[in-house]
Amino acid sequence: MASAPIVEIDNVSFGYEAARPVLHGVSLRIEPGSVVGIMGQSGCGKTTLLRIIAGWLKPSAGLTRVLGESVRDLDSDGIFALRRRMGMLFQFGALFTDMTVFDNVAFQMREHTDLPPDLVSDLVMMKLEAVGLRGAAQLMPSALSGGMARRVALARAVALDPQLMLYDEPFTGLDPISLGVIARLIRTLNDSLGQTSIVVSHDVEECFGIVDYVYFVSAGRIVAQGTPQALRRSAEPFVRQFVRGETDGPIAFHYPAPDYAADMEGVGTPSALPAGPAAHG
Amino acid sequence: MAEPAVLAALRHGLERIGHAAAAKVWRLGFAARFFVAVLLNSGTAFRRFHLTIREIYFAGVLSLIIILVSGLFVGMVLGLQGYDTLQRYGSSEALGILVALSLVRELGPVIAGLLFASRAGSAITAEIGLMKATEQIAAMEMMAVDPIARVVAPRFWAGVISMPLLAALFSAMGIFGGYLVGVKLIGVDEGSFWSQMQASVDVREDILNGVVKSLVFGVAVTWIAVFEGYDAPPTAEGVSGATTRTVVTSSLAILALDFVLTALMFTGGNGK
Repeated sequence: MASAPIVEIDNVSFGYEAARPVLHGVSLRIEPGSVVGIMGQSGCGKTTLLRIIAGWLKPSAGLTRVLGESVRDLDSDGIFALRRRMGMLFQFGALFTDMTVFDNVAFQMREHTDLPPDLVSDLVMMKLEAVGLRGAAQLMPSALSGGMARRVALARAVALDPQLMLYDEPFTGLDPISLGVIARLIRTLNDSLGQTSIVVSHDVEECFGIVDYVYFVSAGRIVAQGTPQALRRSAEPFVRQFVRGETDGPIAFHYPAPDYAADMEGVGTPSALPAGPAAHG
Repeated sequence: MAEPAVLAALRHGLERIGHAAAAKVWRLGFAARFFVAVLLNSGTAFRRFHLTIREIYFAGVLSLIIILVSGLFVGMVLGLQGYDTLQRYGSSEALGILVALSLVRELGPVIAGLLFASRAGSAITAEIGLMKATEQIAAMEMMAVDPIARVVAPRFWAGVISMPLLAALFSAMGIFGGYLVGVKLIGVDEGSFWSQMQASVDVREDILNGVVKSLVFGVAVTWIAVFEGYDAPPTAEGVSGATTRTVVTSSLAILALDFVLTALMFTGGNGK
């Protein structure tokens, strides 16, 4: 018998404004123990999807089940209880700037448990050792490089051994070495801690290197899915364009605009421009 | 057809006023709900009082220099101006009363409140706004920690506790400044200065009312500061605008509340 999915999204739609839907009828399943990528160009709705899974946003239609709970039916206490079983790595780490690295990682342990200080200290050091930053425990976040900050944030996110990890653009703004380190850590932590991970990213090579399965999102819809190997071989135009980084294809290079010649003659005015796609990625 | 154009412009203007007014009322309602949420989530601020003490240090202790120096100079100016006026009527020995009542009833709470809004209120707004802009607030929510209980409530109560203490220190420094100028510099009789002050300043009517004023100002300033920070758009421009709004709104609120409180406390037959 197949195990129940960790995340099950069924026909979910969402819009920040009623006139501008961001997601249209999205459905996906994420199996236990897997690392799943949600990929697509900026503004396609992938971060919105992540926020729906985290219970931040309530979909206008459809069902979301996360870790066996129907998110739509949870009150704020229920959402908080659910989040204690999740971890999230934010795009730029979101470390608490008034706390040391040690205190950042210890934060959840102190907030949610009554563990004695000695045990908290041991656990924090174990988490920092796992990301290679035990020696940086007493540094302030301002003294860390971007890659180090991301690793500390990762140690903080896994502090209470969450069942589900959410990664929001974990590779953005990192040098190649840090990028490789973060990618390896995502896979290693997922497998060694028995987690399930969702990686939202537009970095094809790094993401394909660590995920088991990929969903491609475009204009708020799942347009393709499969294993990285299958998607590399895909002839679907969107997948080909995205994976190969081609400028020409189904994803338009130009933002919607009136006729170029008319604009150059001064006929088009900014107020006459059509509304563009929602800028939520 | 000039008339339809005028009517259209008028309608457009009225619509804009209506939208702006509705937006202001909506935001005021949101601020009121936020205030209730802060009060309901204040348990952490008292159970883990070290969180509040830390914020008292940032809001209160770090405001001491500006409060004490300002209090000293305001008291010295009161000493000079008060003596200049009183000596025309041969009442220069009443300088102590004038300085003390001016400070305890009005200038202490009001000026300390304005300084507190500029120094600590703006810092609270900027800190919470930047925490929001850098996703620290979101990270806290994601870790199932309520930021209103963990971040906002300790800052709110730190401000409420600090403000009366700062106002009292402002008044004390002001009286000392008045004493330096009036007694030591000009030569007003020291015995008259202190004894008349002691005889005329009433603990309940003057000092307690001054404390109540500073407490109300503390609640108003800190509420505005934490709300503006929490509601700030998560951009550099948004945080900058929120910080400015904190100082402007707090200052106006202090002056308006001061009028209302003064009308309630010191008129209607029970004033001195």
